[in-house]
Amino acid sequence: MADAMYKTNKGPFVSLMTGLPGGGKTFLGILLVAALLVPLSNLLLPASSPFHVPTYLVSLMGKYVCFALLALSVDLIWGFAGILSLGHGAFFALGGYSMGMYLMRQIGDRGVYGHPILPDFMVFLNWTELPWYWYGFDMFPFAILMVMLVPGVLAFVFGWFAFRSRVTGVYLSIITQAMTYALLLAFFRNDMGFGGNNGLTDFKDILGFDLQATGTRLGLFVASLIALALGYLVCCFITQSKLGRVLIAIRDAESRTRFSGYRVEYYKLFVFVVSAVLAGIAGALYVPQVGIINPSEFSPANSIEVVIWVAVGGRGTLWGAVLGAFLVNWGKSYFTGSFPEAWLYMLGGLFVFTTLFLPKGIVGTSGTWIEKFKERRRGSPELAPAAAVKEE
Amino acid sequence: MMSTQVKESKKQDLTSILYLDGVSVSFDGFKALNNLSFVVEPGEMRAIIGPNGAGKTTMMDVITGKTKPDTGEVFFKGGIDLTKHDEAFIANLGIGRKFQKPTVFESQTVFHNLELSLKGEKGVMTTLFAALNDAEVARIMEILGVIRLTEKAGDLAGSLSHGQKQWLEIGMLLMQDPDLLLVDEPVAGMTDAETEQTADLLRDISKTHSVVVVEHDMEFVRALNSKVTVLHEGSVLAEGSLDTVQNNQRVIEVYLGR
Repeated sequence: MADAMYKTNKGPFVSLMTGLPGGGKTFLGILLVAALLVPLSNLLLPASSPFHVPTYLVSLMGKYVCFALLALSVDLIWGFAGILSLGHGAFFALGGYSMGMYLMRQIGDRGVYGHPILPDFMVFLNWTELPWYWYGFDMFPFAILMVMLVPGVLAFVFGWFAFRSRVTGVYLSIITQAMTYALLLAFFRNDMGFGGNNGLTDFKDILGFDLQATGTRLGLFVASLIALALGYLVCCFITQSKLGRVLIAIRDAESRTRFSGYRVEYYKLFVFVVSAVLAGIAGALYVPQVGIINPSEFSPANSIEVVIWVAVGGRGTLWGAVLGAFLVNWGKSYFTGSFPEAWLYMLGGLFVFTTLFLPKGIVGTSGTWIEKFKERRRGSPELAPAAAVKEE
Repeated sequence: MMSTQVKESKKQDLTSILYLDGVSVSFDGFKALNNLSFVVEPGEMRAIIGPNGAGKTTMMDVITGKTKPDTGEVFFKGGIDLTKHDEAFIANLGIGRKFQKPTVFESQTVFHNLELSLKGEKGVMTTLFAALNDAEVARIMEILGVIRLTEKAGDLAGSLSHGQKQWLEIGMLLMQDPDLLLVDEPVAGMTDAETEQTADLLRDISKTHSVVVVEHDMEFVRALNSKVTVLHEGSVLAEGSLDTVQNNQRVIEVYLGR
């Protein structure tokens, strides 16, 4: 017990080197195995083999991995700092649009209208020159920078005003929702210069590689897994540091944290920006794999769905959020195919079920069961009432 | 990092640790504090008593920066104007506050509760890369001993008994090493034995710190053996030793003789 305590006191680097939170190593192991086996199976096994992973499935899984990273970013702020964002889809979509703009510029003169610089939709709108905010997106490094910078800056400005005014709880959730809704409306407009209703699509290639080629799809899948693994490590680094403990303190007793001398608003701002950047990266990897980005990614329902993934997996557990994203999205793919009318009811039912019966999500609740089981085997009756009191 | 602007004032007492003069606060027309004035000297222990709604908690809110007074002056250590700063700044200046309802970080260990309260730089980046040195671990261990929770260091704070939580919160204040401790009803919900131990603990603390205790329990106030200020409807009704105060006719009317 004391050992575990001192380990966390040697700083975040030592914490990360000497141990990940429960299940962390297994989780990274699974990601590694997937990054190796899926491409190998796709490339080496014949299509007739039951273990062959077809290319469409690779892209589908790649999409889930991006959703998982988005879920992770929401868990970082909701599970640890208690900031329930119902607008995180906005940061995801902004990262996606930044990548989409790069992919549009990559099309060059291969568009329907064959204009050397202007994307098709601008030619269609009779625009004669590229808007200034499209400059630089023909360069991949610049686009990658924007993938992180645009969501990060929006989160910073939004958070600066919200957290400094001490907007918390349900009010904060509502204004995050309003933020993504406002962006939805803005991006619908043709004169915003982002393709309006249709968004950005008809991408050809990325870094010179054909987006339809199997090799590119495998590469994007592996890149998404790497991003998820790195994002997970960043989250572990933060949550295992003293700053992570301050975040939990803010979640559990905000005013106590203030009276302990911490500027709560700066801590929230920090973690909110980190989370928005992670969401932006997830969006950037998502767009080339699905081949389109349009304003519907800003829709409030999307952001609420992310929260459901995290709740189902278990908030504050990090890899639980990833598990939740996979399970719910797999269920969505399966049920929309089998029972298309019933899917939305199932999603709603799932959320109600989770809130009522698995308040800590799959990972949290199973963790509690394992603890109880161990206690029973140890046979310590005096611990049972203490646990009951804690439930209050 | 912390600049403490010292203001020249005509009438304030520059030797005091805490100085309130003519402080008024009203919420929607209700005067929570009405021209409240009192002074606490360095090293003093002061008990503040008063019926519900007398303004005790609002007074704490004003001193710790949570509530800004409508009028009046609040000075710390002679020259620092507390009305101009927020909670975090005031906490780092050296004022620690214990809430009425024990407020600890329930889902973290007792050890980490104290670690989080450690005095020092509280910036975001400093905290992200923070590591404990041996002196700091020793300090935490020392406080664990003082609040008698050494055995519980690795337990979650949420699993402590009510009395232990009260002590943990006092321990968290001590980790901040404040010059002034504001302690709101420290023995509410405690057993007699715990109350007695808490009085001992506070008397010990007051040897090296200034302490302001808000309390209902008369036996406990007697055990503290300190100067008493009686609040009523947002201002000071009487001040002096507990015996003097208890014999004050107005105090008997509004409070003790109910």
